[in-house]
Amino acid sequence: MTPPSTAVLHQPLTLEFAYTRSLGPVLSQYMSALAAKQVLGAVLSDGRVAVPPPEYDPVSHEEISRMQPVSDEGVVVTWSWVAEPLPDQPLDHPFAFALVLLDGADVPLLHAVDAGSPDAIRTGMRVRARWADERVGSVRDLACFEPAGLDTASPGGSAYSTSDGRTASDEGASVSRPDGVTSTTTPVRLAYDYAASPEESAFGRGLKEGRILAQACPVCHKVYVPPRGACPVDGVPTTDPIDLPDTGIVTTFCIVNVPFLGQRITPPYVSAYVLLDGSDIAFLHLILGVDAAEVRMGMRVRAVWKPEDERSYSMETISHFEPTGEPDADYESYRRHL
Amino acid sequence: MTKTPAAVIGVGQTHYRAKREDVSMPGLLREAIDRALADAELTFADIDAVVVGKAPDLFEGVMMPELFLADAIGATGKPMIRVHTAGSVGGSTAIVAASLVQSGVHDRVLTVAFEKQSESNAMWALSIPVPFTMPVHAGAGGFFAPHVRSYIRRSGAPTEIGAMVAAKDRNNALKNPYAHLRNPDTTIESVLASQVLWDPVRYDETCPSSDGACAMVIASEGAVKASGITNPAWIQGQVMRSEPLAYAERDQANPWAGRDAAAHLWRSTGITDPRTEIDCAEIYVPFSWFEPMWMENLGFAAEGEGWKLTEQGVTALTGDLPVNMSGGVLSSNPIGASGMIRFAEAALQVMGEAGEHQVDGARRALGHAYGGGSQFFAMWVVGSQKP
Amino acid sequence: MRDVAVVGFAQRQMREFDGSPNCIELLVPLLQELWEQTGWTKEDIGFWCSGSSDYLAGRSFSFVTAIDALGAVPPISESHVEMDAAWALYEAWIKIQTGEADTALVYGFGKSSASTLRRTLALQLDPYTLTPLWPDTVSIAGMQARLGIEQGVWSEKEMAEVAARSRTNATGNEHAIRRGETTIDDVLAQELLADPLRRWDCAPVTDGAAAIVIAATDTLPRTSPAIRPAVITGIAHCVDSPSLGLRDLTRSPSAERAGAAAGGASVGLADVTVAELHAPFSHQELILRRELGLGDDVRINPSGGALGGNPMFSAGLIRIGEAARRIWSGEADKVLAHATSGAALQQNLVCVMASGQARRPEER
Repeated sequence: MTPPSTAVLHQPLTLEFAYTRSLGPVLSQYMSALAAKQVLGAVLSDGRVAVPPPEYDPVSHEEISRMQPVSDEGVVVTWSWVAEPLPDQPLDHPFAFALVLLDGADVPLLHAVDAGSPDAIRTGMRVRARWADERVGSVRDLACFEPAGLDTASPGGSAYSTSDGRTASDEGASVSRPDGVTSTTTPVRLAYDYAASPEESAFGRGLKEGRILAQACPVCHKVYVPPRGACPVDGVPTTDPIDLPDTGIVTTFCIVNVPFLGQRITPPYVSAYVLLDGSDIAFLHLILGVDAAEVRMGMRVRAVWKPEDERSYSMETISHFEPTGEPDADYESYRRHL
Repeated sequence: MTKTPAAVIGVGQTHYRAKREDVSMPGLLREAIDRALADAELTFADIDAVVVGKAPDLFEGVMMPELFLADAIGATGKPMIRVHTAGSVGGSTAIVAASLVQSGVHDRVLTVAFEKQSESNAMWALSIPVPFTMPVHAGAGGFFAPHVRSYIRRSGAPTEIGAMVAAKDRNNALKNPYAHLRNPDTTIESVLASQVLWDPVRYDETCPSSDGACAMVIASEGAVKASGITNPAWIQGQVMRSEPLAYAERDQANPWAGRDAAAHLWRSTGITDPRTEIDCAEIYVPFSWFEPMWMENLGFAAEGEGWKLTEQGVTALTGDLPVNMSGGVLSSNPIGASGMIRFAEAALQVMGEAGEHQVDGARRALGHAYGGGSQFFAMWVVGSQKP
Repeated sequence: MRDVAVVGFAQRQMREFDGSPNCIELLVPLLQELWEQTGWTKEDIGFWCSGSSDYLAGRSFSFVTAIDALGAVPPISESHVEMDAAWALYEAWIKIQTGEADTALVYGFGKSSASTLRRTLALQLDPYTLTPLWPDTVSIAGMQARLGIEQGVWSEKEMAEVAARSRTNATGNEHAIRRGETTIDDVLAQELLADPLRRWDCAPVTDGAAAIVIAATDTLPRTSPAIRPAVITGIAHCVDSPSLGLRDLTRSPSAERAGAAAGGASVGLADVTVAELHAPFSHQELILRRELGLGDDVRINPSGGALGGNPMFSAGLIRIGEAARRIWSGEADKVLAHATSGAALQQNLVCVMASGQARRPEER
């Protein structure tokens, strides 16, 4: 028999959720305006107009109470080139991220510019917003910016001055918001390559072969299953695989009745701590093949393995544990393991 | 090395709800922070440092959210630390904040803990399958229920104890305007009639999932003197202890780390009989059976006898040692904040500011938090007497 | 204030750690090294504190499993920050100042290679207005770099000098993952990776872990005369606004403040001769040098710095360890270490250390 590989086991892992974020009054105004193809800036305590608006003034700490419209056109303040866009970025072909100072604002906004090539974008260049066809009240309603074609403000093009001063008529108009958008959904999807530890990997390979390979701590000699990168008491790696029998007892358990998002086993089911014969630590597993109400602390059980072609590297290779029918273990014999 | 005495001089909490859809994350924190600053009669300019605590970032899908919150919470231009010790985080955050003052480094520290877990789903976030492991337990309840069973077996406690705790805490919550669950019809019978979720734990014996934040201002002796605050809650002692999640023969129902922490706390505060010397306690009870378990773990009752304190009404609001006067975690549970809420409610008691759920004459109170698989413990004793 | 010294330091860095996200396999040998360096055991440690992030490798509560590496039975006094372990060291330093502990062990770990780091870090930004665009860290740094270039605050050549010197210095660092004798022209000859940044302007994605032991000198046992304790004379940190538009990205006020606070009012940073700066991008070293007032006579990043290896959540701690080593070796009497967090140098920590003899040793 060829010796088992000692390489570590890998598996893709995806964390994904569509977070629903309530916006509060300031961002609600901002997002609602975006849905209407309008950009609002917050009027800060020092008079500057900030896009996107912070909810609280960075100096006075007061909640922003005045917002005013700014143009959806402005000037590139700085940029960098994204040669290989990442998933969910605003564009899926090469583009620039840039800070864009919109006409009427004093604080630049970070966004994408669809310039086409790094030669086609430069600081000082005018850009204009490209709005999404379908807008819901999120920052993606403004899909990106694109070159506006002129390097200086077109005469009469922008109604807002780009400078340190503002025209009197621009003083903090409070914008009536269309049907308020009060929340935004921001999907977050992260893809990982998950690797197990060498001990977990050895254990997983053993399971596939129908073996339960525990390891003992060389210092305290306690037998750990699954084996660990370090004995939690002594801080040294457990070593020396020990083949354990697939029988043991239930130390304690609960009956799971509640369904929940992401659950993989249909309730009701018994989730129990199983202490295998010869081991010093119990692990959680399923008890089936008996009415949930019949499960008892101390009940003797044996593993029911999945057929070879259904086995994996996880404890799911054991489908569940079922009662052996032997007399229950004496309470004193497992009391210390509770 | 002597510590600079430190005291809580301001407390602020949000209204805890299943979903705080009326605010953003900054808005949620500011609700608690603004109240704490007002209570302390201070402004942001008076604050020297900010300590933020919350549980896994996965709940809100923001990595290290204190970074984007810096302006909103007044931390810009100041030192800011973010603590994460699983469920005990609210408590350990308060302890880190207290240490900043006790070390002599800062005079006034703002500390806030929060969770806006309605942005995702708490059960989902706590039950994400880890590759190569078997997803057996169903969230936190599924993890703790087997140990509750062990406790009942070991102690011989009557089965209605869990319901008694739940009814007590939920009725206490009616006297707490901030509490999430405020159902006036909770009785022992109604709890016993509720669905069993993870046998033996019932629906009504289980904490809710809440959005919320809790904030405190902790000040040095000198800063207390300089303030107009006449009723500070002096931090008389604090402790943190951790043990591994799983090791051979680990006692899951009466964890060593908790016992060790409590023993250290009583020793360092000169308390020899906590049962009589502590006037009231806010302890972290997310599943009602944890009340008797923690009463033993903390040394208020001998092993196997914690349930008697519940049964005899000792832990009732009108009892000899009221526990969770605010309604506790059973009534409000923004996971990252719950520990701090315990610490803050203990402070409110000795400040005499607990309103309808005030324990008359409370001069010494315990705040307690735990996290992980009952492996992280954070506790403090606050009192009207300077240490 | 009690004098607290760095008395032990161990690190591991690699391109890809083929192991679990809680990095126990790295931490166990690191702790072994520390016991060998200090002659101590886990019972001698009064407080443990770690820095790491759940999101880095997609494992909630990853720091919880890492505790297995410590042998936390009997129970220990322990805490954790969701930040670079340099801030865990700060929390431990504070703990010692309160007198609740005399010694502390601080560690950090992170498996950046488990996902696309520069994308994952977009989650650190404003979740309402920025993260939905998924701006990656390299692009943000690139925008910062261009601002400085176009405003004449620094030049591409100065950035290349930083990159070349870092790579060259790293040849003397067995732990660095990117190293080699490099000239300015070598760097400038590279293609742009993310205009205006070249590959060598950016820290490599690195996995790793590090651990440090600190101890109050008033309780240090008789130590080997070969160790000159690196006493922390000042440690401070500060954070800037998260708004990339509100900040002047060519500056880092929080770094300046942290440096001033750590340097102290009277002495400042004037006699620092070696500085380990946590600059994941070459232009950021230029910003930090200016904010901290470090002259041309200060040796910067003899280890090669983050450009030689940047294991997330331990890279800042490693700067502290690398700086302390220069005191142990006798190369320097006063050193500075810096750690950063957040986009574009948003949050900064400065730790100043000086050589000091252990106080009157106590029998153990």
